[in-house]
Amino acid sequence: MTKLDSKIPEGPLERKWTDHKDHIRIVAPSNKRRIDVIVVGTGLAGGAAAASLAEMGYNVKAFCFQDSARRAHSIAAQGGINAAKNYQNDGDSTFRLFYDTVKGGDYRSREANVYRLAEVSANIIDQCVAQGVPFARDYGGLLDNRSFGGVQVSRTFYARGQTGQQLLLGAYSALMRQVGKGTVKMYDRHEMLDVVKIDGKARGIIARNLITGEIERHGAHAVLLCTGGYGNVFFLSTNAMGSNVTAAWKAHKRGAYMANPCYTQIHPTCIPVSGTHQSKLTLMSESLRNDGRIWVPKKMEDAQAIREGKKKGNDIAEADRDYYLERRYPAFGNLVPRDVASRAAKERCDAGFGVNKTGEAVYLDFTSAIERYGRTQANIQHIENPSAEKIRELGTAVVSEKYGNLFDMYENIVGENPYTHAMKIYPAVHYTMGGLWVDYNLQTTVPGLFTLGEANFSDHGANRLGASALMQGLADGYFVIPYTVGDYLADDIRTGPIDTKRDEFAEAEKAVKDRIDHFLNNKGTKPVDDFHRRLGKVMWDKCGMARNAEGLKEAIIEIRKIREDFWKEVRVPGTANEFNQELEKAGRVADFLELGELMCMDALDRNESCGGHFREESQELEGPQKGEAKRDDDNYAYVAAWEWLGEAGKAQLHKEELTFDVVKLTQRSYK
Amino acid sequence: MGNMKLNLKIWRQKGPKDTGAMKTYPVNDVSEDMSFLEMLDVLNDNLVRKNEEPIAFDHDCREGICGSCSLFINGEPHGPGRGITTCQLHMRKFKDGDTIHVEPWRSAAFPVIKDLAVDRSAFDRIQAAGGFISVNTNGNLVDGNALPIPKVDADTAFDAATCIGCGACVATCPNGSAMLFVSAKVSQLSLLPQGRPEAKERVLNMVEQMDKEGFGNCSNTGACEVECPKGISLEHIARMNREYMVAGVTKK
Repeated sequence: MTKLDSKIPEGPLERKWTDHKDHIRIVAPSNKRRIDVIVVGTGLAGGAAAASLAEMGYNVKAFCFQDSARRAHSIAAQGGINAAKNYQNDGDSTFRLFYDTVKGGDYRSREANVYRLAEVSANIIDQCVAQGVPFARDYGGLLDNRSFGGVQVSRTFYARGQTGQQLLLGAYSALMRQVGKGTVKMYDRHEMLDVVKIDGKARGIIARNLITGEIERHGAHAVLLCTGGYGNVFFLSTNAMGSNVTAAWKAHKRGAYMANPCYTQIHPTCIPVSGTHQSKLTLMSESLRNDGRIWVPKKMEDAQAIREGKKKGNDIAEADRDYYLERRYPAFGNLVPRDVASRAAKERCDAGFGVNKTGEAVYLDFTSAIERYGRTQANIQHIENPSAEKIRELGTAVVSEKYGNLFDMYENIVGENPYTHAMKIYPAVHYTMGGLWVDYNLQTTVPGLFTLGEANFSDHGANRLGASALMQGLADGYFVIPYTVGDYLADDIRTGPIDTKRDEFAEAEKAVKDRIDHFLNNKGTKPVDDFHRRLGKVMWDKCGMARNAEGLKEAIIEIRKIREDFWKEVRVPGTANEFNQELEKAGRVADFLELGELMCMDALDRNESCGGHFREESQELEGPQKGEAKRDDDNYAYVAAWEWLGEAGKAQLHKEELTFDVVKLTQRSYK
Repeated sequence: MGNMKLNLKIWRQKGPKDTGAMKTYPVNDVSEDMSFLEMLDVLNDNLVRKNEEPIAFDHDCREGICGSCSLFINGEPHGPGRGITTCQLHMRKFKDGDTIHVEPWRSAAFPVIKDLAVDRSAFDRIQAAGGFISVNTNGNLVDGNALPIPKVDADTAFDAATCIGCGACVATCPNGSAMLFVSAKVSQLSLLPQGRPEAKERVLNMVEQMDKEGFGNCSNTGACEVECPKGISLEHIARMNREYMVAGVTKK
């Protein structure tokens, strides 16, 4: 078995990153001009990386499949971004952010990576403010904060419910500044369809121009994949319709190991599924759990009446409501981490207490918050003996100021006013902690191929805390890769431009074209989505919020069957040399059909419960933690990195043992 | 599945050089809980099964924030309803038996790529001309709280910054003007102290690029503000005009 070298620098935790930066090689300004870098994806990680590397002097080519770099899915992040600024004087620090993240990740991430993330977090805020990101501010003109799940401080910076949008537009503006200068050549409506390796190193990509269908060769001295997560393997998720695993999967097939693919984040507060036509799910930000209280009826007959439409949530008396998160987790209440909140919702709904037609929904209720804010406002405005209506009116205004856009979004989709009727929510796939294995320098097992942001596995362990994805994307792009990629590129200052006429490019290009031709000539009968839906159902039922060995083994067999059917029966209309959205989808679903099997294999291998990965065989059976997930540090404190062996379903497991020098492994209790 | 029946009249155009035409498609089994795009998914699903070419349209996040979706429905960008994008439009806004016209954004600066998808890269070029603050991405900056920003300014800048770059303003404007889009970025950055040092160059460069792209002039009809899914105010156009005038007069 290959030993995976994570290249964690020596020395005390808090010195590692600084010492590392001081000692790795750098490329002189005059030599950077001789070096080309490809960045795939223009979300927070990719946009930030492309802008930073171009500014440093490298020649950058940036690719995205959207019609503009500004539309990458980072844009949809709502709630906020964490940073250890301690502006609230509530005891926050780099160490505490580091500790919360390691604990939140259920002790399945690398200490050194997480510490670095916490260390650079404060810089991110300064950077974004300087770029003109309009974060929320208080009346004194200073930056405001709120709380997110799994922590007991307020360290989340936000821009109403559109933080991702504002941060991405900041990165996009930095990127467009470089595009204007000519230091970045932007390729939008381009999809990467393979990595090209020469002498074992990543030296370019094959991309399809989505408008003309032309297959293009692009050479570079290093390739950075910033292509996001693979949550759409579940068909229904909060990801954008175009979000896909293709770039990462092609890299995997070219030798990059895939790490912890089974670690999926199921977000507790999403709008429930309404019917079979559903194309995607919509998140309601975790920030809502600052003020919303989650409950189901205590009595089964009430739950039944609600499901049958005979009663509404408002009809249930306070004493008959079960605020189950507050009951089970008094210390963190409604702000337990996402995996814990999701499982608790599933537990109540499985027990028959769900509150919509399908039985898969719980209430997220703002009545108490509206009342509380209303009273405070009445005091501020010197209204004596305010009526209940006045209090409601004042409180509603405060809640609207904080979460207005989310409430509007909810009302648009559901057709019910969430100020007067509690929201109905249910968990949905949201984020994938797993991804391509990278070392401390963010380099994959293929030299010259780097992976940033959600596409890598590195910082969140088995569960990501809220408001940490934006932090990681920008940290990787602005503050990590600009240093670490130089250490690799220092060998390439005399390499000269990469020759895309070489056989390696021709071979990769031919494989891409052959696959496209296969789809177009297949003459099947069923649209791509048929197979994607089938795959999604298997993944959700058997590799979703709860998993067991038997179900996973079945899932593997079922996925193989769907894959076989797909290649035989799929119909892709149109031609190769045009804008062809069905063809784009076919390629992506083909890759999901292989990834899905690997996720099940990984979930089967990991016979413990940790973070988002809950194995039914591994839970606490008695004592105060009864029913909670049970980790097995003796046997599973490792990163599972899978090597492609030439065919789907055949992969070799490599283990990177995780060592904890600073944090003590304990049961993750939020009680 | 639902039980609404609709009669769709949809613009079909093979490519930028094709003339294009409206084509009629009946759709059954539409549920009022579907989004408009999900209704189109159902139609496309049927077309593929019948071995016909599905309708091309841009879409991605389907939650009203990425700005990809861009349908001109019954004569309005993003269809009936205010403050929403096409993907947030739900079929409960329509009635059983309705005829619905669906067209792409129409503007000389947004050429049609295919069917309902258009090329909005002109917006990117306007951004590249000046829609940024020239700071390096090195993190060696002053603390984010070193410079307090009055809440009113921060909030107004935020309101402008919520623009999703969808192009509805251009599509609805009788002149095909991009003033609302450009002014939103100019306004956001000019309201913040960090954006002031290069405010003059920014507005001059962005407006110059806007004109080069072939967008029309603003004649204050206000249609853009009405149709903007993010409710971007005309005030930003007024602010940009002031910025532009001052820059023109005082720049050496």
